Amino acid sequence: MAPQDFTAAAGPASSEHLLDSTLETIDTAEALVTEAAQRLGIDEDDIPGLGMAIRECVANAVVHGNRYSTKKKVHLRVGVGEKSLEVLVGDEGDGFAVMDVPDPLAEENILKQSGRGILLIRAFVDEFAVRKREPQGTEVRLVKHLPQ
Amino acid sequence: MSLNMTTRQVGDVTVIDASGRITLGEGSSAFRDMVRDLASQGHKKLLLNLGDVSYIDSSGIGEMVSGFTTITNHGGMLKLLGLNKRVKDLLQITKLYTVFEVFDDEAEGVRSFQ
Repeated sequence: MAPQDFTAAAGPASSEHLLDSTLETIDTAEALVTEAAQRLGIDEDDIPGLGMAIRECVANAVVHGNRYSTKKKVHLRVGVGEKSLEVLVGDEGDGFAVMDVPDPLAEENILKQSGRGILLIRAFVDEFAVRKREPQGTEVRLVKHLPQ
Repeated sequence: MSLNMTTRQVGDVTVIDASGRITLGEGSSAFRDMVRDLASQGHKKLLLNLGDVSYIDSSGIGEMVSGFTTITNHGGMLKLLGLNKRVKDLLQITKLYTVFEVFDDEAEGVRSFQ
């Protein structure tokens, strides 16, 4: 995927968090983002899906990116703009290419145990992008817009 | 809330009543262990009741698919019962509606194995 403009929304309610590479971090990140989404006025019906997208994204960072390393952190930024919520999730892993993830909807992959996380993330947010994180790792950007 | 599971027999069909969340970590591994145990004990007709399951993530979906494959490889079948809207949406998104037989009514689900 081509590099994206990752300029985070930077409203007064934006926040940054440095989180451990544990499964508990998935719950923490979901709670932080859904709270921000409710404050911003994201449609209540959209919040469970947004929560799932965040959970999948942070799970990828913890499990595949940082591989549960106690020396590596998950970087979470919740950017609250006027019309959208932007979430950046970074890890300190070896990086990955979205294009290398097999299509989980392809017939030959439908019975595979894993590989559906990115599909679910894309299904529940309005914008999704991945870039290399400097100096190390991967950063994922998710955006959910307010209803028009 | 973590995952709780109990089993009961309805004729020769084993109904697994699950409640809670099937997610990365404890929930999905508990589900995996139960399906493997049932398969090794010779249970071949499994009806997974998800009526009280509030949340499933991609790891949980993966375990359900893995369970389906395990039981199928043992000559059996795993079918689903009582999905809430959110879980139905997940099966639609992942196209797993083409894999799993899904029932809203338990008696109908049990009869489908005959």
